[in-house]
Amino acid sequence: MIECRNVSKTFIQKGSQEVPVLEDVSIDVQANEFVVILGPGQSGKSTLLRIIAGLETPTTGTVILDGEPVTGPGADRGLVFQGYMLFPWKTVLGNVEMGPKLCGLPRDEARDIAMHYIDLVGLNGFEKHYPHQLSGGMKQRVGIARAYANKPRVMLLDEPFGQLDAQTRIFMEQETERIWQTDKRTVLFVTNNTDEALFLADRIVTIEGKLPGRVQRTYTVDLPRPRDLTGKHFLEMRREIIDASVLTL
Amino acid sequence: MTAYREVVVRTPLALKILPIVSVATFFIAWEIVVRTGVVPDTMLAAPTTVTQLLFDKFTNVDPDGALLHQHAWVSIQEAFGGYFLALAVGLPLGLAMGWFNVAEGLARPIFEIIRPIPPVAWIPLTIFWFGIGLPGKIFIIWLGGLVPCVINAYVGVKMTNPTLIQMARTYGASDWQIFRQLCIPSALPMVFGALQIALACCWTNLVAAELLAADAGLGFMITMGRRLAMPEMVVLGMFMVGLTGAFIGVIIDRVEKRLLAGIRR
Repeated sequence: MIECRNVSKTFIQKGSQEVPVLEDVSIDVQANEFVVILGPGQSGKSTLLRIIAGLETPTTGTVILDGEPVTGPGADRGLVFQGYMLFPWKTVLGNVEMGPKLCGLPRDEARDIAMHYIDLVGLNGFEKHYPHQLSGGMKQRVGIARAYANKPRVMLLDEPFGQLDAQTRIFMEQETERIWQTDKRTVLFVTNNTDEALFLADRIVTIEGKLPGRVQRTYTVDLPRPRDLTGKHFLEMRREIIDASVLTL
Repeated sequence: MTAYREVVVRTPLALKILPIVSVATFFIAWEIVVRTGVVPDTMLAAPTTVTQLLFDKFTNVDPDGALLHQHAWVSIQEAFGGYFLALAVGLPLGLAMGWFNVAEGLARPIFEIIRPIPPVAWIPLTIFWFGIGLPGKIFIIWLGGLVPCVINAYVGVKMTNPTLIQMARTYGASDWQIFRQLCIPSALPMVFGALQIALACCWTNLVAAELLAADAGLGFMITMGRRLAMPEMVVLGMFMVGLTGAFIGVIIDRVEKRLLAGIRR
């Protein structure tokens, strides 16, 4: 479904100083698979997601989506941002129906799709609210509904719950799983939180903690869903991942 | 899950009463200074003298050739003519310059050449071109209002959150769609700011233009007051310029609030 082949990215800073951010990253994601990219801050994992989204071009290597190389941003990949990025002057409904409208769907149809996904993320009754009237968790629900409403083949989530408090975060993770189980998509989810990764992922790809980011290991998480955050196997895997990543820091 | 409510803040009592005290003291002190002869009445007119002339000017065309509201009406016409022309040209131009490279590349250098020349410096040329009638003054006022319109609209578009632009791109939005649905709404607060700033510029340039080249209008009235050695007419002219300007400003402010309310909430 998504293949990253030997993707490297080097940014040129002012004064032509080269900063290598990603080096030789190869990741395969199957259709409807939930893959979490786990790494500490400043490890280039967001850059990888932005390359897949088409917002950055890799310095070397390619990203292939369903056999076609990615050349730019497109509606087949829905990106959910850490900072929510909602239009402040549009209502919840206005924000969610933006994608379908941009794709040229008629008003009624766009509205129906938007209402369906507003309902799916549990925001029914809030369609007429503006972003400034919503809490962080609710804003990110809008972000998720908006990405879903565009019916992308791939959902890309860039530390979507990074700004939420711990309780809301766990709740949103449960919601993310529920939404994904209801309406399956291929998901690439970037986080720095091991629990979040273990709770959500079919597969975890860890990125090393120093620039340039390299793929460190891949873990297949075959625990039954929904996962128990304090279950024995969960904690064993948690220890394994943390031990491996601490060594590289 | 609950939605947030907004909180209403009341104005403190001191901020309600003290402005009245301050304004009253100002006018009373002014009156006393002129009445007692501390400042001779050939240099400044007392508020009561100015008020007398104010009422007189509603019915008496002498000595400057027109009634007070006729002067004001001429000035308002000129100001609004130039103002709306400035909005009509400046805002679209600024918005386009902010987003489209072709527009910025072509228009920005010319704009930067013209920008530092004060509109008043164009007055002699406009007298060559249009004489001292309405079109020349509208041209000067238009120039004065154009600059803030272009700058504010341009900066407003440039301040559009770049991540929102990227977000729109991932939804497959075209350049034109991003411009219309993202850049223009983002620029609106700056554009509304331009409505006020441009009006102030227009009004300033209007008075300057009328002082130098006019046969009617509030600026012309001030000039006549000077020529006739009537400080009360100068003060009345100044007062009317301020009052009319403030009045128009309040109207624009109302319109702006109404429009913003329609967009935001």
